[in-house]
Amino acid sequence: MASIHKAVLDLKSLDLLANGNSSVHRLDARAKVLVSLVFILCVVSYGRYELAVLFPFFIFPIVMISMAGLPPLFILKKILLLCPFVLAVGIFNPVFDRQILLHLGPLGISGGWVSFASILTRSILTVGTGFILVGVTGFTAVCQALEKLGMPRVFAVQLLFLYRYIFVLTEESGRASRARELRSCGKKGLGIHSFSSLVGHLLLRTWQRAERIHMAMLARGFTGEFHASRQSGFGMPEIRFALIWSTLFIFLRLQNVPQLLGSLITGLNP
Amino acid sequence: MHMADALLSPTVGGTMWAVSAGTIAFCSRKIRRDTDDSKIPLMGVLGAFIFAAQMINFTIPVTGSSGHLGGGMILAILLGPYAAFLTIASVLMVQALFFADGGLLALGCNIFNLGFFPAFIAYPFIYKKMIGSQPSVTRLTVASIIAAIVGLQLGAFGVVLETIFSGISSLPFPTFVAVMQPIHLAIGIIEGLVTASVVSFVYKARPEIMQSAMESHPIGSYSVRSVALAFLVAAIITGGIVSWFASTNPDGLEWAITKVTGKEELDGPKQGLHAALSTLQERVSFLPNYAFKKPAEATNVVIEHTQPLPSVQTGQKAGAATSHFETTVAGLVGGASTLVIAFLIGAILKRRGQTEYAKKRSEQTGNCKP
Repeated sequence: MASIHKAVLDLKSLDLLANGNSSVHRLDARAKVLVSLVFILCVVSYGRYELAVLFPFFIFPIVMISMAGLPPLFILKKILLLCPFVLAVGIFNPVFDRQILLHLGPLGISGGWVSFASILTRSILTVGTGFILVGVTGFTAVCQALEKLGMPRVFAVQLLFLYRYIFVLTEESGRASRARELRSCGKKGLGIHSFSSLVGHLLLRTWQRAERIHMAMLARGFTGEFHASRQSGFGMPEIRFALIWSTLFIFLRLQNVPQLLGSLITGLNP
Repeated sequence: MHMADALLSPTVGGTMWAVSAGTIAFCSRKIRRDTDDSKIPLMGVLGAFIFAAQMINFTIPVTGSSGHLGGGMILAILLGPYAAFLTIASVLMVQALFFADGGLLALGCNIFNLGFFPAFIAYPFIYKKMIGSQPSVTRLTVASIIAAIVGLQLGAFGVVLETIFSGISSLPFPTFVAVMQPIHLAIGIIEGLVTASVVSFVYKARPEIMQSAMESHPIGSYSVRSVALAFLVAAIITGGIVSWFASTNPDGLEWAITKVTGKEELDGPKQGLHAALSTLQERVSFLPNYAFKKPAEATNVVIEHTQPLPSVQTGQKAGAATSHFETTVAGLVGGASTLVIAFLIGAILKRRGQTEYAKKRSEQTGNCKP
């Protein structure tokens, strides 16, 4: 029963990060959304057995975290709760792919393990970028950026509505769920029957709330769109930010930087 | 079950993004034109309701483990296909951004798997057909169970296909299907039972909601067929274009760069590191045309391109084993050092930010003093 409140708290704390006021926070959200998309595309465009080439890409999340002053441990903890599906699917790679791909001295490492490590690294990079995007931009601003980039207005309004009411309804459902758990000794009474009437009541209340909200909105002159309180333009800082990062990602994607650096350090190449 | 960025190739992810974005645009236009705007707050609040309901667990009768509502089917039943699709898409977007369920690139796949199938396949072709014009509690129950099962089965199959086409996972197709479909059959039955019980509760408590839900958006077979058709055309076009990109050049991004810069590759200096690497690569690789095209990139890229035949590769370049070892070590050392450099840059930036902040604060407090 603590989990609902914890999840809501987690959601809030991630969103609160967006209230910061660093140079990254102040950028227009469109620039950050675009750079994040270029980053993710570059990371996932590598082949299955690429591992070392992914490491230079860590520069982006690290720089963003330190420039924006996000709490690194908080982000790290969220990343470590990786999507279990990725782990479940990825762990089969070592099972099915036993071909020895590289030798480290006497130790032969199979392709499966390399690709599993690659999947984990991708996962950390892409998931981390998502969190950082929300942490430096905020959900509302991401929605508005997407709308300016061509997302239909109805969908943008839907997202903003949803986001506004998540907090209200999860708190309500958390209270209801806690009351039910306190009344059911141990596991008794937590079955599907009480669940459906609980959720059904929640649904009916939600429905009535939506009707009230709609009337209140009509009374205040709602015409089908929200107005942003903070306007920002796509100026020089945004262009600079988008250009520098995208160029870096594409450069990293085309040049094998770890290989160049490694042979420079070890002098192993003839 | 959510698809994830880490298992996707850009081709599959991009195609599914295009398809989902197209469907979202289509549904938005449809809703703007057809429905009164009282539905807009209802969609938003019901999306939040799905979130809230997903956090409440119940005990599954036989196994004793706990489950929760998925929500796709219940939204389709209450809102109709177009509004339900948008609502599911918005819920998935919040999940992707805040809970890392999937990821930004995988969002397209997830919206399609969890939104398109329940809203545009299971709801109109199974639920509506079974309910007919006069609903009863039994009909509602049976129809929602079967529709939920079908929707989830299709969604799970979508995940399997996307994973296989991306080629990041090594899972063979038959194994993956054999694991995913039965798991989702079980999930589907549970989901169907829960959906049915909630829906029949609502039907008993406020039958007018169910009635109006069924009457307010009469969807003829025409509109659904046109959605399916439009989707099919979009998929074929995007798939065709993307696969053409993919087949002209194994590396779509590099292809795009070549088009932009007009050069195959930036010319590297013909001596020193660059030359050393290219001689090395010529020796190691057994597909010289790749080496020819990309003198700057070394062994592991070659491994990528030749990955269907690793045994051939190991057999053929036994003589080059030592240099292969060297490149591997070099790659690993290089990778580790880039990581260290990245962290160093981060630490420096952070320190600088903190000192600036401290300076600003001291200035501010200084100003405050009389």
